[in-house]
Amino acid sequence: MASQVAVEQDAIIREEGYDDHFHEHHHGDKYQSNFITTYIFSQDHKIIARQFLITGIFWAIVGSAMSIIFRMQLGFPEESLAWLKPILGKWITISADGVGTLAPEFYYALVTMHGTIIVFFVLTAGLSGTFSNLLIPLQLGARDMASPFLNMLSYWFFFLASIVMFFSLFLNTGPFSGGWTAYPPLSALPQASTGSGAGMTLWIVSLVFFVVSVLLGGINYITTVLNLRTKGMSLWRMPLTIWAFFITAIIGLLSFPVLASGFFLLMFDRGLGTSFFLSEIYIAGEALPQVGGSPILYQHLFWFLGHPEVYIIILPAMGIVSEVMSVHARKPIFGYRAMVYSILAIAFLSFIVWAHHMFMAGVNPFISNFFVIFTLIIAVPSAVKVFNWISTLYKGNLRLNTPMLFAIGFVSMFISGGLTGIFLGNSAIDIVMHDTYFVVAHFHIVMGVAAFFGMFAGVYNWFPKMFGRFMNETLGKIHFWMTMIGAYAIFWPMHYLGMAGVPRRYYSFDTFDAFSHFDGTNKFITIAAIITFGAQLLFVVNFFYSIWYGKKMTTKNPWQSTTLEWTTPIKGIHGNWPGKLPVVHRWAYDYSKDETSDVDFIPQHHPLTENEVRTEH
Amino acid sequence: MSQVEYQRRNKIHPHKFALWVAMASIIMMFAALTSAYLVRQAAGNWLEYRMPGLFYINTAVILLSSFTLHGAYLGFKAGKELLYKVLLVISFILGIAFVVLQYYGWMALYDIGIYLTGNPSGAFFYMISGLHAVHVLGGIAALVVALIHAFVLKFKVTRKRKNRFQLVLHYWHFVDVLWIYLFVFVLLQH
Repeated sequence: MASQVAVEQDAIIREEGYDDHFHEHHHGDKYQSNFITTYIFSQDHKIIARQFLITGIFWAIVGSAMSIIFRMQLGFPEESLAWLKPILGKWITISADGVGTLAPEFYYALVTMHGTIIVFFVLTAGLSGTFSNLLIPLQLGARDMASPFLNMLSYWFFFLASIVMFFSLFLNTGPFSGGWTAYPPLSALPQASTGSGAGMTLWIVSLVFFVVSVLLGGINYITTVLNLRTKGMSLWRMPLTIWAFFITAIIGLLSFPVLASGFFLLMFDRGLGTSFFLSEIYIAGEALPQVGGSPILYQHLFWFLGHPEVYIIILPAMGIVSEVMSVHARKPIFGYRAMVYSILAIAFLSFIVWAHHMFMAGVNPFISNFFVIFTLIIAVPSAVKVFNWISTLYKGNLRLNTPMLFAIGFVSMFISGGLTGIFLGNSAIDIVMHDTYFVVAHFHIVMGVAAFFGMFAGVYNWFPKMFGRFMNETLGKIHFWMTMIGAYAIFWPMHYLGMAGVPRRYYSFDTFDAFSHFDGTNKFITIAAIITFGAQLLFVVNFFYSIWYGKKMTTKNPWQSTTLEWTTPIKGIHGNWPGKLPVVHRWAYDYSKDETSDVDFIPQHHPLTENEVRTEH
Repeated sequence: MSQVEYQRRNKIHPHKFALWVAMASIIMMFAALTSAYLVRQAAGNWLEYRMPGLFYINTAVILLSSFTLHGAYLGFKAGKELLYKVLLVISFILGIAFVVLQYYGWMALYDIGIYLTGNPSGAFFYMISGLHAVHVLGGIAALVVALIHAFVLKFKVTRKRKNRFQLVLHYWHFVDVLWIYLFVFVLLQH
């Protein structure tokens, strides 16, 4: 049955596809002639996607291993960390009786690097870089990106950023240690802390490369979506994944340049003696010449990116979840248009809420009111999305496979983390909650764990498209349940710490009697973190094992999905489709439309039948 | 390149569209800087100074280069090879002249006691005009490519070369208008 359907689908493209004469011109293959141009400096979007994903996985391992190290310090401050000496070297100091302790400077460096790496390198580049590259041309019926060359540059700028950041981990003075937000003066004065010198220089250089990478990628994504859709693929027929990547790219393109401006000013302050962000500072009893700057100005510039950034992270995950959920629930996504409009609303609102990160930094309380209101309004489109996901599941013919489990897990995380956002969005409650573990719990659940869940759903779902094989389902399910329970076990107790006022970023609570009874909670969190980290290694093993030894994909469309990427050959080819391009006749969500048929999906390139009514989709 | 050419169904060339998107992001960068300027200025302790006359001349120079480059483009389209080449060279020289004159403008500012490390009002101007000059240098690099095309390739009016020239032209007009915005902004804020 399945193979018959597949043959039928190929025939449709062969007979009714759009002929762009692509394969009559062979000059396109020039850049895929040898090993280096095929796998390393590749201009093919499918290879670039894999490069982003594997680099992202590398950084995810490094970034989360760091969190395990600082969690051990927090949970078990008296235990000896001497066994880490071979890796961390001088950052473990060993006392006379052989007990190794983590150096406080390096604790801060680890926290800073954990944030920077996970936010930028994993959840921005690894998530949106991977799936935008893979899915935008494939799901739109395009041969490749608008500019494959810029696309290649986008990856290599990210690679350069990675190299520079990785190098900074091995500096004698350690990597930057002033928090991932890099607020001045710690980031502006090389003499301010050990990590503020060479560590910060490399940090900022790395991030400038990273901004270039995001912009080059974003320019390509936007141009491809608007210019290279196949015939019949109107905007309102695009899968929600594409809508999400498209809007994400626009947000990135408008907000990352602002961050770049902030970084340029910061570089001037660091290197050329200007005082954009510095004023009246004493270091070691000595007054610095810089006068007249404002550190709050940096915070404005930073958070003008920083807040949209959290949506740059979460929107692609939302798009992936919508798509995966619809496919595996065998139902059209509930409220397609509402989903698109809520993405647009979230994107718009994301630009006018940045000061809610600065309520306690001396922002005028009157102005805070506006930011509170806009922040709380974001709950509306978010709730629309959650309602639609749940409605999509309702009475669906659910396949509870790994991608689907992660998609459902995403919704759970998004609700739990989103609700605490309503607390923190209030400037009055923020007086108590700011800089506590409540904040840590909130953003880790809503954008950290949730975005990871979206990414996992995407990886498990599109792994066959990327590598022609399936990931192991049993390992996948173990991975899911351990991560789901583990993530709640880590972050749920942090809410209680936060409500009791336990401040974030502290190396030790020895001198605070008020927090001493949280020793047990901290131990629990650390143990949960270690177990959850172990589960992620399971994923990594599964991932790399499956690339070479996974179950082979035998049909083109294993999930019986409607979207165009599953009409391409199992082994991806340059130009994506061997002959003509598919022509689109319907939206991406025609699941279970015809109850009398034994096939419960109609791919996008199938022409409408006589009894179907032409709709806008 | 290839897929772009055979897959195009919209009127606008994807490369040109991509350039416009890139311009949008450059605009955001300068919008951020000029709003930072406003915010910092409103906070007081802001040094007022007279803009050296050289910057007015520079503005005229970059404005003129936009006209000559546009003339070169029209000449190219009309098949007037000599006009096209001469105006292209003139635009290139004017572009270089702009950057050099900006440098002398900064020197003139320095001479009247506006230092980079002094009051933020001066530092902001150095920073913003410097970043703009970097973007002009990018435009000059594009002009060099256009010059190579003009003097190495055989003169032929093709759609592909017209598109290529348009990319340079649009970017050059963009940095020109951007400078006029920045300059007028700084003047009005005094």
